[in-house]
Amino acid sequence: MENIFTNHDPRVNSVFKVLNKEGKIINDINIDLSNQELVEIYNWMIRINTADKKFINLQRQGQMGTYPSVQGQEACQIAAAFVLNKKDFLVPTFRETGMMWAKGVPLKSLMLYWMGNENGSKHPLDTEVLPICIPVGSHLPHAQGIGWSQRLKNQEEITLCSFSDGATSEGDFHAALNFAAVFKSRTIFFCQNNAFAISTKTEQQTKSKTIAEKAFAYGMQGIKVDGNDVIALIIALKEAKKMAKNNIPTLVEAKTYRLSDHTTTDNAKLYRDDKEVQEKLEEEPISRFEKYLISLGLLDEKQIEEIKAEAKDEVETITQQALNTKDPELTEMFDYLLDKTYLELEEQKKSLLKEYSNQ
Amino acid sequence: MSEIKVIDAINKALEIGLEQNPDLILLGEDIGKQGGVFRTTSGLQEKFGTERVVDTPLSEQGIMGAAVGLSLNGHLPVPELQFDGFIWPGFDQIINHITRFRTRTRGRYTTPMVIRVPFGGGIHALEHHSESMEAVFSHIPGINVVIPSDPYSAKGLLLDCLESKDPVIFLEPKKIYRAIKQEVPTEHYKIDSKKARVLRSGKDLTIISYGACMYDTKKALPEFLKQYPIDFELIDLVSLSPIDYETILNSVKKTGRVVIINEENPNCGLASELSATISEKCIKYLKAPVKRVTGFDVIIPLLKTEDHYLPTKTRIIEGLKEVINYK
Repeated sequence: MENIFTNHDPRVNSVFKVLNKEGKIINDINIDLSNQELVEIYNWMIRINTADKKFINLQRQGQMGTYPSVQGQEACQIAAAFVLNKKDFLVPTFRETGMMWAKGVPLKSLMLYWMGNENGSKHPLDTEVLPICIPVGSHLPHAQGIGWSQRLKNQEEITLCSFSDGATSEGDFHAALNFAAVFKSRTIFFCQNNAFAISTKTEQQTKSKTIAEKAFAYGMQGIKVDGNDVIALIIALKEAKKMAKNNIPTLVEAKTYRLSDHTTTDNAKLYRDDKEVQEKLEEEPISRFEKYLISLGLLDEKQIEEIKAEAKDEVETITQQALNTKDPELTEMFDYLLDKTYLELEEQKKSLLKEYSNQ
Repeated sequence: MSEIKVIDAINKALEIGLEQNPDLILLGEDIGKQGGVFRTTSGLQEKFGTERVVDTPLSEQGIMGAAVGLSLNGHLPVPELQFDGFIWPGFDQIINHITRFRTRTRGRYTTPMVIRVPFGGGIHALEHHSESMEAVFSHIPGINVVIPSDPYSAKGLLLDCLESKDPVIFLEPKKIYRAIKQEVPTEHYKIDSKKARVLRSGKDLTIISYGACMYDTKKALPEFLKQYPIDFELIDLVSLSPIDYETILNSVKKTGRVVIINEENPNCGLASELSATISEKCIKYLKAPVKRVTGFDVIIPLLKTEDHYLPTKTRIIEGLKEVINYK
């Protein structure tokens, strides 16, 4: 059956794009997004960008631990969350603040996690979002397993796993995609190829021309999408979701660019030219989408300012809530280890409490 | 009741599990038609189908990672890792994920599963087929490590583990897969997988062992007892993590003398852990230093000299004598 996957074979160097960097539609494909949805998506991109900048500031002020920014990847972040239903599983890596927020994890929870409070990973029961995964690539097999389980249980839901280009060098990438194809998992592997794994460029990571073409070696389908084009991403991911529901796993490569340092402890100036960053800024996802919405008459300067101001207020309010949240109880490190506690653990807990009460 | 071997006991427990729990899924290399390299899962795929007894691609990290996902979506995965020496590509999943989900998410997500691993030496197998790495697993917070020592405990413990809400590493002492026959109930029964089993109660000496070494210990005992007709207490440790110290310490308080017998590398091992805790908590009761009879701190040798690495009858008897003669 012909679809955007078959029409955009990454092996013939085809990249799926809809919106160019001037905000013009260059593809006659049916966009299938209402005006309301288009504005909602823009709104989310602004909120994600605003929150992300706040996270960086909080770290600089000593109120948060090390934090990996999502600047430049706002289109990928919202697109993945946008196509998922609440009960679909999102299996994120660590650069996913926007995606997790838009999928239903409160921003306050995400702040708490990066502030060093595990309660931030106690995600709400009405959505399925796994906790942030730090060991690169090791969560891909989880997404495979969930998608496999969803097929076996014949559930409505599917699974989306988000990761970056560095993860594709890990053995887990191979194991997960191979298993997914063999077991017909309802899983979308969504690679945000942001050009860097810390300092290592994608060209040093793999000699494949694209990440997407790796899918074909596993007997899967893959597509390369302009990762700064939110419309193309949503169309491609919607198609991938349809395929997942039919037990066809896919690999979707979103070619984007990490505008920020790897994390707040990194200094990207050590390994890339500012000139390169300036060039990439022209391709970033928010302004092209903004231009498009202005051209449709869905936004004007005043509305844009309002959206930005609202986002700022919202993030400020949530920041205060996060900062005013009590630290975890000392006993919590013991209480959630196992379903049933045991004698020695209780003794260790008592000894810690005793030390604490004597201070 | 029927007289069966350890291998049959495990097979029967898995069969009961598959019958009782529709979410239970076995996955591993060659576990289907072949029934696993040890035939532990013989006949199960035929009975329950290829979607519940699943031959996977050859990838331990794939198997363990898939088990995490299956578990997170409500399946109860029972992955089989073909040999203890091959666990390490999947170890990342154990140490970084399986043991951590409950704590990390404050109980929002958990990963119950029973990881079956043929374990230990003594079958004259190839390299990487004979290691005794229980201390490595037991060192990790957030997982139970369990080992049976005979057919009766193999079935009862596995059935108990299949109802656990926590992940379990179920070590299967491969040397005694077929060595012992025992009367075992045909129906469902459970043995508490968190409790040590006192196999014989006595007042003069506490002997602690587990797995295949329990079999070797029992074989060595008659010769020792001929010379030293003492009233010994024999404890099957069963749960290597957490350790049932209540049973252990009560025994030591009674006897004041302890010998621990296992086949691990002794450095930073299970026996060392037991010895340290016993010394810390029971020093007033001890009449002799705690004795460890173990393997050596070497790579377990190939089959020509493998039996000399494992605790021999001579070393077991010497260890027992040393402690009982200590004044």
